[in-house]
Amino acid sequence: MVSFITNLINGLSLGSIYAIIAIGYTMVYGIAKMLNFAHGDVIMVGAFAAYTIISTMGLPTPVGILAAIVCCTLLGIAIEKIAYRPLRNAGSPLAVLITAIGVSYFLQNGAMLIFGSDTKMFSSVVPLQTLSVGPFLIPGTTIVSILTSVILVSVLQIFINKTRPGQAMLACAQDRAAASLMGISVNNTITLTFAIGSAMAAVAGVLLCSAYPALSPTTGAMPGIKAFVAAVFGGIGSVPGAMVGGLLLGVIEILSRAYISTQLSDAIVFAVLIVVLLVKPTGLFGKVIQEKV
Amino acid sequence: MKKILSQMDQTSRNDFITYGMVIGAFAVISILQALGILSSQIGGLLVPLCVYSIMAVSLNLVVGILGELSIGHAGFMCLGAFASAFFTKCVGDGMPSMLRFVIAILIGGLIAGVFGFLIGIPVFRLNGDYLAIVTLAFGEIIKNVMNSLYVGRDANGFHFSLSSANDMGMDALNGEMLINGPQGITGTPRNSTFLIGILILLLSLFVILNLIHSRQGRAIMSVRDNHIAAESVGINITKYKLMAFTVSAVIAGFAGALYAHNLSSLAATSARFGYNMSIMFLVFVVLGGIGSSRGAIIAAVVLTLIPELLRPIASFRMLLYSIILIVMMIVNWSPASRAFMEKHKLNRFLFKFKKSAGKGGK
Repeated sequence: MVSFITNLINGLSLGSIYAIIAIGYTMVYGIAKMLNFAHGDVIMVGAFAAYTIISTMGLPTPVGILAAIVCCTLLGIAIEKIAYRPLRNAGSPLAVLITAIGVSYFLQNGAMLIFGSDTKMFSSVVPLQTLSVGPFLIPGTTIVSILTSVILVSVLQIFINKTRPGQAMLACAQDRAAASLMGISVNNTITLTFAIGSAMAAVAGVLLCSAYPALSPTTGAMPGIKAFVAAVFGGIGSVPGAMVGGLLLGVIEILSRAYISTQLSDAIVFAVLIVVLLVKPTGLFGKVIQEKV
Repeated sequence: MKKILSQMDQTSRNDFITYGMVIGAFAVISILQALGILSSQIGGLLVPLCVYSIMAVSLNLVVGILGELSIGHAGFMCLGAFASAFFTKCVGDGMPSMLRFVIAILIGGLIAGVFGFLIGIPVFRLNGDYLAIVTLAFGEIIKNVMNSLYVGRDANGFHFSLSSANDMGMDALNGEMLINGPQGITGTPRNSTFLIGILILLLSLFVILNLIHSRQGRAIMSVRDNHIAAESVGINITKYKLMAFTVSAVIAGFAGALYAHNLSSLAATSARFGYNMSIMFLVFVVLGGIGSSRGAIIAAVVLTLIPELLRPIASFRMLLYSIILIVMMIVNWSPASRAFMEKHKLNRFLFKFKKSAGKGGK
């Protein structure tokens, strides 16, 4: 029982990191209607930025985290402006998908050129010691990850539902043409979405590498895909859905790794996704869009 | 030559050019090879080029003709590769190598096709991006399961396990490991040649082009263009979606068999059969002009050769590759550059482009 609860806590910790990444995916999808395959690599860039500032330059941790957030936000805006915006009204949604893949290759190979392909040891940014509550040991990173994700989701929910830019995002997600007729700048709103999503990716990158300290140019790829799965799980386009999807995915992954098979844990995660989608074809919180003739 | 071409209608002329291009490329390369001009580096790429071209043609059937996004196609290639290599390994020297290879290719296609059909049944209950993510999930599951599959054979027959070699209860001394988990299948004879690769590519093209021009093919395209209208005129949507998907999986299985018999050790690594590979095939299809088999082949060849040709600038080559990819996409697809090209009469440089393709049948 003790080990089960420990695993559950670890699952929630990993899941909350997935959740933060998944929110970035889901927001971009909801508004720009594109699968941003480069999102996972933005995580990696954030982690490398923090690593450079903290470990290489020896500056204090908060500076490193701030630098990572600023760096990723600018990167997100740049990617959107240079690579995605020219293709926004292209004939096929596949065009921008392939460009996103190109951006993903670009970031990975750029990082490989700058930092080399060897794995770096990332020192945890969390000063908290491991907490022991009764028989359970809770690592500091776990507490920080879960708290961060809860705070970020709450702030984001308030931002989207209560502020004007947030409302503009909702409007763009619903109907881009109508939103622009109402005087909303669609371009700026989409840029803002990318900026927020990328800033969250930076936070996720720092947390991910604090929990699992190996950092290499491909670090972001698999968590990126998993977070994408989490976003679909919760119903892509829905922020609370991404949170729930991320947490569920993390728990399923850790539990199947602990009790079923280490090698097959990824297969189990994907199998659960397939079952969920077959039962609820638009994910847990997804909206069903009725198709009209 | 011109006379024959002018007598044909447009579709057959188009197909003829596609076949001619493949055969011509084969002839030129064979001559270069016989003269010894071709570097061994390019020589080693010939079979992979065939494999990638076949995969591009196969995926084009799903993405371009059926209009559904699949990002798990490497999974079918993986199944074909493992099924065929497993067969070759089991038979050993009990059969002439050519006959064994042909049967292995057929088995690779058959197994991939069966799984394509079985996977297609749940997949086509979904649509759009949800369908895409499920194909990705299936691709990853196939890779993952192959990576932890152990199969051995001893006097008592076959033994299987999904956890470790010791778990399958095989006679360790006299038994023979056939599939060894993450190490995969080793010692597969290298039967694949450029000629066989080209023959399979031609066969795949023949099957797909004829399918497209047939009654069934038109039904498949009608599902892509407007599935509601297609259904209302009595087309069984699921049947045609499954048909296209299964045919595509069979061809991917052939490609897998070809791939497996070009390597002495076959392992289901992420680099070989992961989603990255599936995405690469998708890049071929989209860059080649969605829906065009010929374009898919050209894109597959060009995009495989670019990193090789860039080898002299070793460390920058993949970076440059990604930049080329982004620029080519923007130049080809962005409305601004299309308008520019049309204004300056540069239309013929544009890739073929169908508005309806790849929209998930909406």
